[in-house]
Amino acid sequence: MNVMDTRATSAMLYLDGVHVSFDGFRAINNLSLALEPGEMRAIIGPNGAGKTTMMDIITGKTKPDVGVVLFDGVTDLTRLDETRIAELGIGRKFQKPTVFESQTVQDNLLLALNVDHSVRGTLFWRGSKAESERIDKVLETIRLTEARNRLAGSLSHGQKQWLEIGMLLAQDPKLLLVDEPVAGMTDVETHLTAELLKEINKTHTVMVVEHDMTFVRELGVKVTCLHEGTVLAEGSIDQVSSNERVIEVYLGR
Amino acid sequence: MTPHMLTRSLDRGATMFLAIVAACGILIPLSNLLLPAGSFFQVPTYLVALWGKYVCYAILALSIDLIWGYCGILSLGHGAFFALGGYAMGMYLMRQIGTRGVYGNPILPDFMVFLNYPKLPWYWHGFDMFWFAALMVLLVPGLLAFCFGWLAFRSRVTGVYLSIITQAMTYALLLAFFRNDFGFGGNNGLTDFKDILGFNVQAEGTRAALFMLSCLGLIVSFLICRAVVSSKLGKVLIAIRDAESRSRFFGYRVESYKLFVFTLSACMAGVAGALYVPQVGIINPSEFAPGNSIEAVIWVAVGGRGTLVGAALGAVVVNYAKTFFTSGVLAPYWLFMLGALFILVTLLLPKGIVGTFNAWRESSSEKRAAASAAAEGGITEPNMAE
Repeated sequence: MNVMDTRATSAMLYLDGVHVSFDGFRAINNLSLALEPGEMRAIIGPNGAGKTTMMDIITGKTKPDVGVVLFDGVTDLTRLDETRIAELGIGRKFQKPTVFESQTVQDNLLLALNVDHSVRGTLFWRGSKAESERIDKVLETIRLTEARNRLAGSLSHGQKQWLEIGMLLAQDPKLLLVDEPVAGMTDVETHLTAELLKEINKTHTVMVVEHDMTFVRELGVKVTCLHEGTVLAEGSIDQVSSNERVIEVYLGR
Repeated sequence: MTPHMLTRSLDRGATMFLAIVAACGILIPLSNLLLPAGSFFQVPTYLVALWGKYVCYAILALSIDLIWGYCGILSLGHGAFFALGGYAMGMYLMRQIGTRGVYGNPILPDFMVFLNYPKLPWYWHGFDMFWFAALMVLLVPGLLAFCFGWLAFRSRVTGVYLSIITQAMTYALLLAFFRNDFGFGGNNGLTDFKDILGFNVQAEGTRAALFMLSCLGLIVSFLICRAVVSSKLGKVLIAIRDAESRSRFFGYRVESYKLFVFTLSACMAGVAGALYVPQVGIINPSEFAPGNSIEAVIWVAVGGRGTLVGAALGAVVVNYAKTFFTSGVLAPYWLFMLGALFILVTLLLPKGIVGTFNAWRESSSEKRAAASAAAEGGITEPNMAE
């Protein structure tokens, strides 16, 4: 039973009472979280707070020991594998930029497009005008039009981060999970990335994990602070950053 | 295969390769048959058979390059699929012997009479018909690869672990085929072939035709590989090779892709084996030896992984060297030389012969482009955006 009879929640993503432990270490401890459709949420928290593990659970890489993970109110994600979850419309950007290094920038985007991903479909694939137009549009958005024929492996770190975001755009998922998008970026690049994510958020639900507080502030969205695998505080950036416990465990006095 | 796949798959290197193989496939048999023996341009029959063997090895190398070079699946057991195709063909050839065997039994091959088989085992039925044997050449290796791959890829067995179990697979088959009661001639294998489709396998004309067919087999295999790797599926394979889990998060079912390409590759290896057996006149369990499969991987590494042309070239070059060195005073040292070759190629030419050549050509054409741009007085932008 992947699909429940009635919509259990209005949320795009709904986590309730999720537990995961690795060899006795409780990575996620009674985590509950809900993302409304169209929302952008920033997730902060110290190292080891369970941010990446949470993304692993949502995308099917890790199975929770107990707990509910619902997508779009109807689909139980804990029973599906990565491929199926991606097909449903959840895209993910990794902490370390992961692009297909030995292929060109435009081939990277082509591979990400949410078209027929079956063996037969790709074997007999012929490019279409609509597809190349979509790729052109994404290239423009991520400012890599000039570099379209370069190998992805030859891009700078910041450009790779952008390419990976572009690949998510090409994938056009309902929900985007973005893990540390501005790690290793210059201030200008960070600013541009915030602009880009805000633009993306106009049409997509987004969850961003980030350490860079200036960046989180610039996004200007609701913030959830995780600690030891559970929600420590939730609210606007000002509320969260003035929270006693958050200051104690994360921001420091 | 649709026309657009064919045109897309043929770049200059591929066309040149096909032209050379086609020319060899036509000129060598013609020179062997038409020119008088002893003439300078006449290719002697023993060389036709020898080169026919190389061409079969080239097909095997292509099949390995397709999975290793493009999808990162390092199979150290591909010799098993080659040998199974060879056995299927060998069984047909055995059934053609008929009453001309030593014991003159019209149904049972000699080894079965010798081992007191009361009747033909069920799995030998149908092999008196060529079409059935030809089907089995594809089906048996294909089915084994499908079952093996289905279990391995679904359980996400990758990298060195997969290599080890492929090696175990070919070793298990080696042991099974060695047994007399397994029904494939045990230690001696299948040999003493007489006819293929009514033609004497020893005759010059048949050998020339088999050589021609092997070249055709190489051309068809190459075209299939090119069509696969130049389609979007080829890009997905490379994506899986370079970042397997990333491909999953984009919604690609990695195990299906691997299974498809692994099975296709096994069928190609089977065809190579089937073309090989009538030309060498014997198939025995030593073809399953793990060393054979490893040697085939070395051919691909030497020629250039992920280039297809390089795989075929590597197979021919290494085997030519093997023939050359094992027929002289250096014979006892061949294995040391093969090992040294592998180490040297890994250290000095990690991209193999063709890969290194391609890299050199690309960098020199870039330099030329830069030089001509500079000569025209244009400012040469460094190759960086922003």
